[in-house]
Amino acid sequence: MDLTLSPQEQAFRDELRSWLEENNPGDEPAGDEAAFEFRRKWQRQLADAGWAGLSWPEEYGGRGATLIEQAIFNEEISRAKAPSVANVLGLVMGGPVVIAHGTDEQKQRYLKPILTAEEIWCQGFSEPESGSDLASLKTKAVKSNGEWVVTGQKVWTTFAHEAKWCMLVARTDQDVPKHKGLTYFLMDMEQEGVEVKPLHQITGEAEFNEIFMNEARIPDENIVGGEGNGWMVAITTLMHERVGIGLGSAVQLKIALGELMDQIRERGMEEDPIIRQRVAQIYIEAETIRLNASRGLTRTMKTGIPGPEGSLTKWQWSDANQALTELAMDVRGPEAPIVDDHWTYRFLRARANSIEGGTTEILKNIVAERVLGLPKLR
Amino acid sequence: MNFDYSDDQQAIKSTAREFLASRFKLEKVRELAEKGEYDDGLWGQIAELGWPGIFIDEGAGGQDLGVLELTILQEELGYACAPTPFFSNAAAGLLVKHAGSSEQQERLLPGVASGEARGTVGVVTNGSAPLVPDADSAAFVVLLDNGSASVVETAAAQPEKVETIDSTRRFFSVGAGDGEALEGDVEGAVQRIEVALAAELVGVCQRAMEMAVEYAKDRKQFDRPIGAYQGVSHRCAQMLLETESARAATLYAAWTADNEPESLPLASSMAKAYSADAGWRVTASSLQVHGGIGFTWEHDLHWFLKRARTDGALFGSARSHRDRVAELAGLARSAAAV
Repeated sequence: MDLTLSPQEQAFRDELRSWLEENNPGDEPAGDEAAFEFRRKWQRQLADAGWAGLSWPEEYGGRGATLIEQAIFNEEISRAKAPSVANVLGLVMGGPVVIAHGTDEQKQRYLKPILTAEEIWCQGFSEPESGSDLASLKTKAVKSNGEWVVTGQKVWTTFAHEAKWCMLVARTDQDVPKHKGLTYFLMDMEQEGVEVKPLHQITGEAEFNEIFMNEARIPDENIVGGEGNGWMVAITTLMHERVGIGLGSAVQLKIALGELMDQIRERGMEEDPIIRQRVAQIYIEAETIRLNASRGLTRTMKTGIPGPEGSLTKWQWSDANQALTELAMDVRGPEAPIVDDHWTYRFLRARANSIEGGTTEILKNIVAERVLGLPKLR
Repeated sequence: MNFDYSDDQQAIKSTAREFLASRFKLEKVRELAEKGEYDDGLWGQIAELGWPGIFIDEGAGGQDLGVLELTILQEELGYACAPTPFFSNAAAGLLVKHAGSSEQQERLLPGVASGEARGTVGVVTNGSAPLVPDADSAAFVVLLDNGSASVVETAAAQPEKVETIDSTRRFFSVGAGDGEALEGDVEGAVQRIEVALAAELVGVCQRAMEMAVEYAKDRKQFDRPIGAYQGVSHRCAQMLLETESARAATLYAAWTADNEPESLPLASSMAKAYSADAGWRVTASSLQVHGGIGFTWEHDLHWFLKRARTDGALFGSARSHRDRVAELAGLARSAAAV
């Protein structure tokens, strides 16, 4: 067992750290549009310096970074409190999907603009009646005169209003079992048959959208991975989505807990035994997330396949972040419900943590069935 | 970075698993627990394997390995719920090794390493140590009193048997007598003891979880294995989360003890706090999965549940360790909160 970084890994970290010190643009400006342009510019800056598409092979403009380097990257970005990039879904899902399952033409066409945030990507998976049971989705694509005509509705699509491309999973065959009749498309969002409406969430803002497709058109060459293979293509990319993310989220939790401890001290509550117990428990949870994610990284490096740790750390993180924001509300006492741009937002936003990217219940099913080998109810 | 055992460490683990599975079958654990005894012959075999001296210098007859290797053995002993004086002796050995003078080490460590003149440790509260494992058969007792440590001969300590819920081990109360002081790094030694206990709790969690999962696959109600119901399967998933997290925290703490001692104070308290809670919750949850049979004396689960609850109370409760974590994480210590 060795928990230290190799000299190469240390060099990678130091290079990144000093680059971030010089280039971190700091806080986002107010206003959705201004904030998005700010993120777009930040991503271009990262891409120009070779820090975008870290996991992508070098031949596609990436850095070909090892898993450890990706984890270091996530940790350092969190530690530097650097802003988010504009094209998150393009980088973590769109690019890897095209690299793994796309044709040479698709790789030529799509990869570069993902890296530079020239073209933003969104993900059209969830539907109003298909959340956890994704394979039951109803959006229909019918072939007509060499192109596909799509009708249906998608929901919870981040950045749909900014996106050029949508990773769309639609039903192309009604007569086969539900997992087999799906196809993975790249749909151009800039067309008449696609309508985007903001979805207002409990925080009051609209981070997500709904997409309505009314005879939207997709050319045949925009299928990824072949007709009828949509489920397999979607699942393999979801599996790789979480590699190394746990380490970044552990750092974020500890930063937020540090800010909360400042509040606790300012209010003279640091000797309250109950507050101390809760702070310590959240600190320990953040550390176990970091440690579980690191163990998962070791296992993934040995086997080549991400293990179940991704499910564990995501589940743990959502519990811990909710506990943290609940503690913050308790610390603020009678002022707690007064809107403050920091803690009330985080408190409300955290309610989504145990739903987005796999509900805690689904993650428990995954652990029970795939790790413990318990029988499926279905 | 490699967050996993080396090949040598893996070999220690599989040897321990095999040895304990053949020597401490659950029938044997039951037999010893019901009599409230240890098996001297089996202790002799453990000593022959060199386990008691695993972290002790070769000069004193040990194997000169680290806390990490000690935690491997502790986890397996917890997994087997083996009735042995291993932990108490190791705890005493850690104190003599880290806090004893070289004369004290030369005098006491060979007996600890060979298992022939064992030690044990008692934590003094209000003038006596209420819960000292194996004090009757140990050659010496290390008494911890408010941060200082002293060695007392067993006869002088006058151990009196104490009945605990955990009958897989033998506990005694010991009066606080005058002894010779151990003047070195008492804190560092105690932190290593906490990590060793955390490791035993991880083993207990692992076994209690495996028992629950096996039962949930086997037991049918309403024509289905109960493990197909989410009320049961999600409970089992929670056990895995807590067992793996306790393991990660303990592995990390053991690694810091051997490689990064400046991180040990925080790491040991995190490991002990998390493992104490996990030990209780996982064993209690396993009992719930077993239903009525889990509440019977004839089922073996209760040995693990009682071991977990007892380990959780030794060398600082989860609550006191969390208070230390709060302090080290940045909240000034409150005298009233300790």
